[in-house]
Amino acid sequence: MSTVTPDPEFSLRPSGNLARRLLISRAAQGGAVIAAALAVVILLILIGFTVVHGIGALSWSFLTGNLPAATGQAGGIGPALLGTAELALIAGIISVTLGILTALFLTEFASPRVAAPVAATLDVLAGLPTIVAGVFVYGIVVAHFGESGIAAAIALSMVMTPLVARATLESLRRVPATWRDAAAALGVSHWRTVLTVILPGAASGITTAAILAVARGAGETAPLLFTSALYGNNVQLNPLHALPNLPLEIYTLIETGYPVSVQMAWGAAFLLMMTILLVNIVARIGLRRGERKRGL
Amino acid sequence: MRRMSALSPAPPLSGPAQERARRARLRLTDLRASRTLTVLAWIGAAVIVITMGSVGFQVIRGASEAIGRFGPLFAFHAAWIPNLNKLGGLSYLYGSLVTSLVSLVFATILGVSIGIFLALLAPRPVANVIGPLVEMLAAIPTVVLGLIGIIVISPFSAHTLEPLFHGVLGWTGLFGAPAQNGASLFTASLVLTIMVLPIISALSRDIFRTVPQELRDGAEALGATRWEMIRGVVLPTTVSGITGACVLGFARAMGEAIAVTQVVGNASLIHANLFFPGTTLASAIANQFESPQNSLTESALYYLALILLIVGVLTSIVSRRIISRGAKLT
Repeated sequence: MSTVTPDPEFSLRPSGNLARRLLISRAAQGGAVIAAALAVVILLILIGFTVVHGIGALSWSFLTGNLPAATGQAGGIGPALLGTAELALIAGIISVTLGILTALFLTEFASPRVAAPVAATLDVLAGLPTIVAGVFVYGIVVAHFGESGIAAAIALSMVMTPLVARATLESLRRVPATWRDAAAALGVSHWRTVLTVILPGAASGITTAAILAVARGAGETAPLLFTSALYGNNVQLNPLHALPNLPLEIYTLIETGYPVSVQMAWGAAFLLMMTILLVNIVARIGLRRGERKRGL
Repeated sequence: MRRMSALSPAPPLSGPAQERARRARLRLTDLRASRTLTVLAWIGAAVIVITMGSVGFQVIRGASEAIGRFGPLFAFHAAWIPNLNKLGGLSYLYGSLVTSLVSLVFATILGVSIGIFLALLAPRPVANVIGPLVEMLAAIPTVVLGLIGIIVISPFSAHTLEPLFHGVLGWTGLFGAPAQNGASLFTASLVLTIMVLPIISALSRDIFRTVPQELRDGAEALGATRWEMIRGVVLPTTVSGITGACVLGFARAMGEAIAVTQVVGNASLIHANLFFPGTTLASAIANQFESPQNSLTESALYYLALILLIVGVLTSIVSRRIISRGAKLT
């Protein structure tokens, strides 16, 4: 029997098979880090190019001036800014109302048997290609009444409603069951519980959902292509007419290919993208704050 | 409620008759309010269901002329010559499938890696910053992405990526000689990758986070390296969820119209070479629906929309199935 004596020279560094396994593991982890870095770099490049190209186009006359009277001419984007704001507002009202009601229906009023097909329909609507929404509204509204802001808002709200409904659904489900039980124990009727306990409890989530949906809708192009494309070059606020809007204006400005038009497209793209990204960031931070405050 | 009682003096609660009347009034209010709310909620849900139903109805009705004329073989004819009433959807379907699948390959590799990074490798504070940044990609308006696609990504693709892919993978036939201006199926796939990536990375991050800590600890306690733990435990338990995420990403790519139209070149050709211009279902509709040459062409465009709609409904059902089955298993 020989006694085992510790070898002071023995290396604790992995060798052989273990070294190989650790190397593979490191490489895989490195790959994941690189992928994440790549995504962030792509985001920064996209933002960077838009800022660099777009910021030079900005001026007071660009922001307030009428759209170019003819292709290839210089002009502003004032009417498109107002039109997009109006479209987002109308579509926002429609989709927030419908979205909240549908979410309430699914959590509060429907038996599981009814809720399942409605939830599935909501999923299908969420996956509806935006261009199909445009084609649909063209068929039922525009073909009969011509293009209008209302038609465009309907098409946009088809894209936005599922977003509001899903996010509302999630925040409704996160309202603690104990709150509901407490209300029931106090003898509060169901509708009063819904309006004064459950909805306020989910308020921050619903607000975020509404803001994010409006931001998404403001940037959508495809639903407007056949519903609000034939607009003039000056301010139009009557929703019964086609409303000038930023996404389509960007789209058509690029199509023309004139340098002055492309320059305007960059300016408009800069405004649209920055507004949407900022709204996104603010809404998300607000949501986190709101949830932390209530200890959720 | 509080304001009401502050403004009007509380009603005297003297006689039992008045008390009964007050209760009856309350019950009536309760009944009415609860009925109103229920009805409103039902209306909301009904609008959703009716809208979706009429989308299907409207698109099928619009396509009926083309369906009657060409039948289901429409999807397998490549010619699209409106003047001669020779219309087939194959080149559009081909372009849609190719761009969606190529972007899905890129986005899955990147997205799942990002999901692994965010859920399993990065410290929480880092993940809480990187995660929302990646999701921010989804907030970029598609028309802006298309603009960047034309001016930045197309030349980059034509002069840098396409020669690279041609050199390394040219033998597959998919990556032929690079095109001149970069308006190609490949560029469209790159733009779509940017759109699909945030979907897959966010979903896979959430799915990876559902893997129980004990399972992961168990693997590491048995001596598995981090990667072996991921490959042996995390990926196998979440494979169905990841598949569901990919299906959703695929649906997103198939349905995108604007950004693709801007960079794909819009030529109804069928080439194995991804560097040639092509077209897709959605961009055909975006380009031609406003002023179709005749009623049959308009109907054929509705037919393309119908194909898109069917793909959308199928992917939605499939992803729902996959994800709910995955949820049952874990």
